[in-house]
Amino acid sequence: MIVAIVRTAMVSLRRDRGALALSFILPVVFFSIFAIIFGSRRNSTPKISVIVVDEDHSRASERLVKGLEQEGSLFVSTRPAPKKGVPQPEYTAASAEAAVKAGAAPVALIVPRGFGENPISFEGAGTGPPVQLLKDSSDMVASQMIAGLLQKVAMTSMPDVMAEVGSKYLDQYAGGFTPEQRKRIDSGLNQLRREESQSGGTGSGGGERNAGLISVKARDVVGENKDNPMVSFYAAAIGVMFLLFTASGAAGSLLDEAESGTLDRVLSSRVTMTTLLAGKLVFSSLLAFSQLVLMFVWAWTVFKLDFIAHIPGFVVMGLSTAFAVGAFGMLLASVCRTRAQLGALSTLVILIMSSIGGSMFPRFLMPEAVQKAGLLTINAWAIDGFTKVFWRDEPVSHLWPQVLVLLTVGAVLFAIARKLAQRWEYA
Amino acid sequence: MSLPLRVEALVKRFGPITAVDGITLDLQPGECLGLLGPNGAGKSTLIRSIVGRVVPDAGTVSVFGSAADSAGARTALGWVPQELALYPRLTCRENLESFGRYHGLAGSALEQAVAWCLDWAALLDRARELVKNLSGGMKRRLNMAAGMIHQPKLVLMDEPTVGVDPQSRNRIFEMIEKLHGEGMSIIYTTHYMEEAERLCDRIAIVDHGRIIALGAKEELVQRAFASRSEVQARFQSSLDHVHQWVERRGGRYVDGVAQFSIEHPTEIAGLLDDAANAGLELVDVSLRKPNLESVFLHLTGRELRD
Repeated sequence: MIVAIVRTAMVSLRRDRGALALSFILPVVFFSIFAIIFGSRRNSTPKISVIVVDEDHSRASERLVKGLEQEGSLFVSTRPAPKKGVPQPEYTAASAEAAVKAGAAPVALIVPRGFGENPISFEGAGTGPPVQLLKDSSDMVASQMIAGLLQKVAMTSMPDVMAEVGSKYLDQYAGGFTPEQRKRIDSGLNQLRREESQSGGTGSGGGERNAGLISVKARDVVGENKDNPMVSFYAAAIGVMFLLFTASGAAGSLLDEAESGTLDRVLSSRVTMTTLLAGKLVFSSLLAFSQLVLMFVWAWTVFKLDFIAHIPGFVVMGLSTAFAVGAFGMLLASVCRTRAQLGALSTLVILIMSSIGGSMFPRFLMPEAVQKAGLLTINAWAIDGFTKVFWRDEPVSHLWPQVLVLLTVGAVLFAIARKLAQRWEYA
Repeated sequence: MSLPLRVEALVKRFGPITAVDGITLDLQPGECLGLLGPNGAGKSTLIRSIVGRVVPDAGTVSVFGSAADSAGARTALGWVPQELALYPRLTCRENLESFGRYHGLAGSALEQAVAWCLDWAALLDRARELVKNLSGGMKRRLNMAAGMIHQPKLVLMDEPTVGVDPQSRNRIFEMIEKLHGEGMSIIYTTHYMEEAERLCDRIAIVDHGRIIALGAKEELVQRAFASRSEVQARFQSSLDHVHQWVERRGGRYVDGVAQFSIEHPTEIAGLLDDAANAGLELVDVSLRKPNLESVFLHLTGRELRD
């Protein structure tokens, strides 16, 4: 009897392609995405962008900058990318801070004037001016990695400076060197300096790691006044994912109407297919926008998100996102033949989009290739736009790239959906 | 004045299947024309071609002189599809209002149309009921009312009584008779002979995508049987034995019943004597006037319900 029940269930499952896909394809696809994002990091660690400003232009500061540039896990910029082929001037402290605020890099290092006079210290806070680390705290990983790498580079790129400072400490606290000892130390230091100048100041390291050799003063330049800095990110990230589900569900009414014959009756009236789809799109978009409003108002009332000050940006991003997800839902519905197919396909596509588009975890944690692939998703552009509004406090006019992409994507998806919907128009 | 409906040499194929095979017919003003045929005969495809939901491979359809699917045809045509084409989560009134708006009605015109439809379908007391909570018969009536919301001049009813109980069916008949009485032009498809006989002025018998007979009921019977009557007899003998005897006597053997066409009732005696001589044991015998079912059987060799 049990065998008969199992057999019946297996045959039913085999004939339900949607359920079959959800049972076997989705887990494998999901596993693969996570494996690509996290499993292959040993081979392709994402480089962290850092802006470096050398205000000192001393020998020590130049060697520090060079050391950072040659650090494999960093992508160092000392000047903005050329505009129309014209090289741009080097970053200043102010322009570097503005660049971090604009999201060009998560961290900027400012090597101040006077750094070279006393670059390192074995006593924690040095006597010289500290290196300033300007950070965007939405990327919690980048600033901490750079702070650590800065100390590493100090050791590997300036061994002679370390030895010189070390000998001064020994001289001071051990009662002084004999002339013979002083002569040998100077000779050794000269030798180190010669080797450093010959090797370009890129020592291979190997010295004892000692955090705090270089005095660093970190400062949040983005989100420093936020009560609950990550709420806006998650409100957008989770919101967009559920918007996609809602929109595909709402568009599914088209399939219900096709199955029940209501669609035929509607199309026998004055309503054309284009009008019908446009009406459905408006409904899906309004529904999605309402959902976003609810989510952000909830975040405002419960999690102290600064919503009121960002209403214009929210409306612009919310409507653009709602339009794109609404059109996405229409496309899915017009591709599918039944509600069951729609359920399976939308789950598969939306979860994949959400995982690589940043709805499940921030895109900056992903390998570069996956980050780029994420740009093919609605999630990534919507999240970037909401981040600009709520995190970077950027004006509405700065949202045009995200808005343009979302509106274009929405229009293209709707056009494809309209084309596919021809099959319902006439037999 | 243009006819309510003119169909000329209409052909529609779905792959290798010819669903409509060169149908031509006219509908007179105020006439109720029945399309009678078994399932799969091509009735619904013909209706959908008239509505404009199916693009024919050949032939033309005109509704009051306008081509099918034109704005004029859409306004003049009301369509009651075979399926319950309603929004189940909307109330009766909301459904009618929605379909009314789709036809361009608004304001008091919409209100009046909704009120007329609810009254016509005897659903005034159910106006606020969700469709999903209605009985099957009520859903059918609302389905019909939704096809009438824009007050068309010609209505196409595609098997509107499918799946309803006899009481609800009677109510639907009354609705159609009321419309007919008011001069509405109606096309009514069914595979129930009784419906076609009761409601329709003329009947087109449809089989394999073609009209095989068209006329008033009496005309069709007269054409097929003239003044002949029909004898039906059942025997308690082996099927093969009965079947062979029926064929030899020029009758038909359908669903365990032997059927013969006779000119005069006195012929029954000879028929039964011959059966007894053939060793068949009679269970019962009846004499009846031929009806549309008999006509269909006569023309196709199959029963209408097949």
